[in-house]
Amino acid sequence: MKIHIPTPLRVYAGKQDSVSVNATTVGEALGQLTEEHPDLKKHLYSEDGKLRAFVNVYLNDEDIRYLPAKDSTPVSEADSLSIIPSIAGGAPVMEEATALPELSTAEMARYSRHLILPEVGMEGQQRLKAAKVLCVGTGGLGAPLAFYLAAAGIGTLGLVDFDVVDESNLQRQIIHSTKDVGRPKIDSAADKLSALNPHMKIVKHETMLTSQNALDIIKDYDIVADGTDNFPTRYLVNDACVLSGKPNAYGSIFRFEGQASVFATEEGPCYRCLYPEPPPPGLVPSCAEGGVLGILPGLVGIIQATEVIKLILGKGDPLIGRLLLVDSLGMKFRELKLRKNPECPVCGTNPTVTKLIDYDQFCGIQPAAAPAAVLNGIEQITPMDLKRRLDAKDDVFVLDVREPYEFQIASMGGHLIPLNDLPKRVSELDASREIVVHCKMGGRSQKAAEFLKQNGFTKVQNLAGGINAWSAEIDPTVPKY
Amino acid sequence: MLKLSEQVYSAMRTHGEETYPHECCGVLLGRSEGDVNCVEDAVRAGNTRTDSAHNRYNIAPQELVKIQRQGRERGLDIVGFYHSHPDHPAQWSKTDFAEAHWLGCSYVITSVQKGRATVTNSFLLTGSGEDDKAFLDEALEVERCSVAAL
Ligand SMILES: [Zn+2]
Ligand SMILES: [Zn+2]
Repeated sequence: MKIHIPTPLRVYAGKQDSVSVNATTVGEALGQLTEEHPDLKKHLYSEDGKLRAFVNVYLNDEDIRYLPAKDSTPVSEADSLSIIPSIAGGAPVMEEATALPELSTAEMARYSRHLILPEVGMEGQQRLKAAKVLCVGTGGLGAPLAFYLAAAGIGTLGLVDFDVVDESNLQRQIIHSTKDVGRPKIDSAADKLSALNPHMKIVKHETMLTSQNALDIIKDYDIVADGTDNFPTRYLVNDACVLSGKPNAYGSIFRFEGQASVFATEEGPCYRCLYPEPPPPGLVPSCAEGGVLGILPGLVGIIQATEVIKLILGKGDPLIGRLLLVDSLGMKFRELKLRKNPECPVCGTNPTVTKLIDYDQFCGIQPAAAPAAVLNGIEQITPMDLKRRLDAKDDVFVLDVREPYEFQIASMGGHLIPLNDLPKRVSELDASREIVVHCKMGGRSQKAAEFLKQNGFTKVQNLAGGINAWSAEIDPTVPKY
Repeated sequence: MLKLSEQVYSAMRTHGEETYPHECCGVLLGRSEGDVNCVEDAVRAGNTRTDSAHNRYNIAPQELVKIQRQGRERGLDIVGFYHSHPDHPAQWSKTDFAEAHWLGCSYVITSVQKGRATVTNSFLLTGSGEDDKAFLDEALEVERCSVAAL
């Protein structure tokens, strides 16, 4: 097979524009080339034997870095390898205009353990100070992420969140404390971060990230760290990062498992290269529905923070083109190779997504409509109406179809028959009375009500939103879970 | 020295005006004859830097492989590259230098001021590797090359 030599390297290859080798794999071919022309070696490989960052080798039209079998990829006589140094540059705008910021004496003391690391040193620490990082979300992933980035000396940290601290957040969102329950997360987070590091600038974006504001918010930052917990925002962050050319340090968690990667860099894939389409709504439960081990976001958020720091320092091997899978129960870390999909709708060669779209619609999420009054023939009663009826001492029988352990967490005084037991215990109910069925959020109780109706109960209603809606709208002493 | 035809010269400059306020970039195909890089054709390349295209350029290696192959079929080599500096002088930048790896090739920069191409300069990347590489000012001769433009 032939190996094409680019003009600058021909002097090291006997002035030939191509070299013929007799090889069965890519690795063998390159081995023969450098054996025959040893001077080429230092131009192609760095001291640790890796292909130099600016040297690309293509097998026909494929970058060998992205071949699944890498160096072991078989080759035939008809194939050809091309060595292609990269071509890039730019007008003298940013790097020469803005010198790195100086560190104060207090900062030098604070970052001394960084300063003595050759990989960070004074210049690296100054780079961290110059850096602007946007944390989307200050929840499970955002909490450790922002905390460690602040400690490390990131100069400007932007926070995006519009939520308030809830008791159920404290099991994992360590940036918030018990006294912050009910406060906006962004204020609570900013307090902790400036207490930890008064040298940094914190920019609060107390808003939901939307297609309307995302590009405008992101444009002032160098790197985005995605700590979101839902698919519409995840796709929004990805697309906004690709469109504005900002790397995205991505992480996500579910129950005992997590993922991390770096998306939307120039050379690497994006989230859509990995997942072109979102899962159908409801297929992947959120942490609120599926649960999550509290420690897990700590683990994954800190991997994201590590990647952010590495990108700023330009050191190490970033998780570009690699998806790290974290299994906390097995305590196993696995890695999947990712490649940039040339057909990717947003970062591919002919992108179809060239501006931000409606991500709720993309993810199949219906806009929140007024709750239906009747669903599948079952009348839906609001917590407010139920309260009125109970206050008026109307004869209403409240049936709770949750599991006994849920009943232990919170109860509104209903008669407990778990949904699965209902068929065999239906005789406990009086068909002549009005029955309001409830569960946690309204789904299981709807099923129960439909079952009762089929079995001759005519006066059955479903409590819309379940006991959680009751807790939110009527009785806050009933714990939400 | 870099020799190129009037057509190639104005094609590079027009490209920069068309993409203003973004940077344009392209590949120069031709022959290296001693100290002279003789350009036969300027091939436009897509700037893959969509993020800060006003002050960055990047040619996808895949595109480069393709252009190199097309050149080979016509008996031409890659002898240089061109790009524009929107509203900046026709001088190489730190980034241009750091990202330049094609030793012996000409790097042509056109300054495009308010949408109009002004100065065009060429720089020869000399040296034997990353450690001793340097950009040298290079004379640019606009004329007909040994092969007439078709
Ligand atoms: Zn430049
Ligand atoms: Zn993509």
